[in-house]
Amino acid sequence: MFRLVDDTSVEMLKLSIEGGEYEVPVGISVAAAVLLCGFNKVRNTPVTGSPRLPYCMMGICFDCLVTIDGIPNQQACQLEVHENMAIEIQQGAAELLPER
Amino acid sequence: MKDHYQLLVIGAGPAGLAAAADAARLGLDVALVDEQNTPGGQIYRNVGSAREGGRTYLGKDYLRGKPLVEEFLQSGATYINNASVWYLDERLETGLLIDGTSHFVTTERLILATGAQERPMPLPGWQLPGVMTAGAGQILLKSAAMIPSGRVVLAGSGPLLLLIAWQYLQVGIKIDAIIDTTPRPGFSKVLPCLARALPAFDYLLKGLSFILTIKKAGIPVYKAVTDLRAEGHESLESVSFTSGLGDGNKRTEINIEAETLLLHQGVIPNLRLPLAAGCELEWDPLQQSWKTVKDIWGQSSVDQVLVAGDCASIVGARAGELQGRLCTLEAAHQLNKIDLQQRDRAATRIKRSLQRHLSIRPFLDTLYPPAKAYQVPDDATLVCRCEEVNAGQIREAARMGCVGPNQVKAFTRCGMGPCQGCLCGSTVSALIADETGASMEQVGYFRVRPPFKPITLGELANT
Repeated sequence: MFRLVDDTSVEMLKLSIEGGEYEVPVGISVAAAVLLCGFNKVRNTPVTGSPRLPYCMMGICFDCLVTIDGIPNQQACQLEVHENMAIEIQQGAAELLPER
Repeated sequence: MKDHYQLLVIGAGPAGLAAAADAARLGLDVALVDEQNTPGGQIYRNVGSAREGGRTYLGKDYLRGKPLVEEFLQSGATYINNASVWYLDERLETGLLIDGTSHFVTTERLILATGAQERPMPLPGWQLPGVMTAGAGQILLKSAAMIPSGRVVLAGSGPLLLLIAWQYLQVGIKIDAIIDTTPRPGFSKVLPCLARALPAFDYLLKGLSFILTIKKAGIPVYKAVTDLRAEGHESLESVSFTSGLGDGNKRTEINIEAETLLLHQGVIPNLRLPLAAGCELEWDPLQQSWKTVKDIWGQSSVDQVLVAGDCASIVGARAGELQGRLCTLEAAHQLNKIDLQQRDRAATRIKRSLQRHLSIRPFLDTLYPPAKAYQVPDDATLVCRCEEVNAGQIREAARMGCVGPNQVKAFTRCGMGPCQGCLCGSTVSALIADETGASMEQVGYFRVRPPFKPITLGELANT
């Protein structure tokens, strides 16, 4: 669905989305990474379970909420990818986190 | 980072950058808070990493942000990046969420420069994966050098739609259609504004060059479009609409396959923090949006709170930058750093330049009004994307006697989700006004309450 303008000169890092390994450019947002890797949803809504992808990319709409490294409800468009990041599609409302 | 600054500026777009840089130069103890990793706001997003001669496809106006960012970085102002403002009250106590920890900061003067957001464009299917705002398309281009790889359609109204079309053409991607939903305002309305916009002829030339480039590229442009719909099952498959152009104004039903649909119908002030600070708003019938009441210096209705740039009313990047500078002069005067004469002397040139940049606005606002169909959508159209409330439910609540958005929220959950009404607020007010016959001023807007951003109890406890 999205591709890089110029995919030759960028530094890449490895991360996982839904358990699959991907390489994405350093410095992009989690939302951009999910779009670049061709996923057709980042979450299912809590109300009707309908699929959503990032909509505004600027922290306004909260449609890009995902689970990152086990922590749910993260704004994918506001966070940068890092090496070995584990991104998971969020199904409905987030569960309460276990006590740490 | 300290827990108190003489001056706190929120938002690192053109207005905030200019305000903070000038404040540091005047010797004020100033901090600039911003949610992004790098300065520039949305308009100059990621501009610091633009190399000489690189990324020319974004246009000259984008690169104008580079010296401004450098001016700020060299000014000595404290820069607090990656910080979300999750709390703000009328005593100007500001809660920041930085890397999982909450911090509270107080200040003597607050300059809000939180910019604009795109006007919501609720239409059937706008929640489908594959439908995004035109601004989102631009952010992907600016911050990640990403472009749509499949069939892409741009739809809506306004200068930003032309700009992104121009930028995509510079990159060399094919745009499958541009769908223009602008209602025709008529020459009698536009011409007087055009005459007044002549001092800003550079804006007019830029717009013309965009239009010519799009024409030359041979992109199919559909005008006078109504009944725009995004269609698909799990994600966007096609875009349908009725076009008014063709043989003898015959209306034709058209369906275009698309993987990506970028929507836009102008921008509106991002009102969350002005509202949280208790600033008075007023309805602007020309811009069809709320604006923050302020004077020429940016002084809002709340003592100690100043507003600059698009978060007050839509003025664009250049005017926003100048308004940021005026805010700082006023704040510096209020804090006894400069006297009245020094303030006024420094402001003379800024005000003259501001006047010129503002002169284009009535023309743009008149030429590109938002279409009514996407301000008061059909009953079945989703209005609140978070809680999935449609226009029919809001109309029903209004008929039941809900006189304002806050009552509608209580009855329908509309605006109660994580975006707190950012994507439905303007539509909800417009629907209530339309249904009850009340004015927008009578209907009013959602109240905002902290936390503005989801914050866990753990993060709060980390203060």
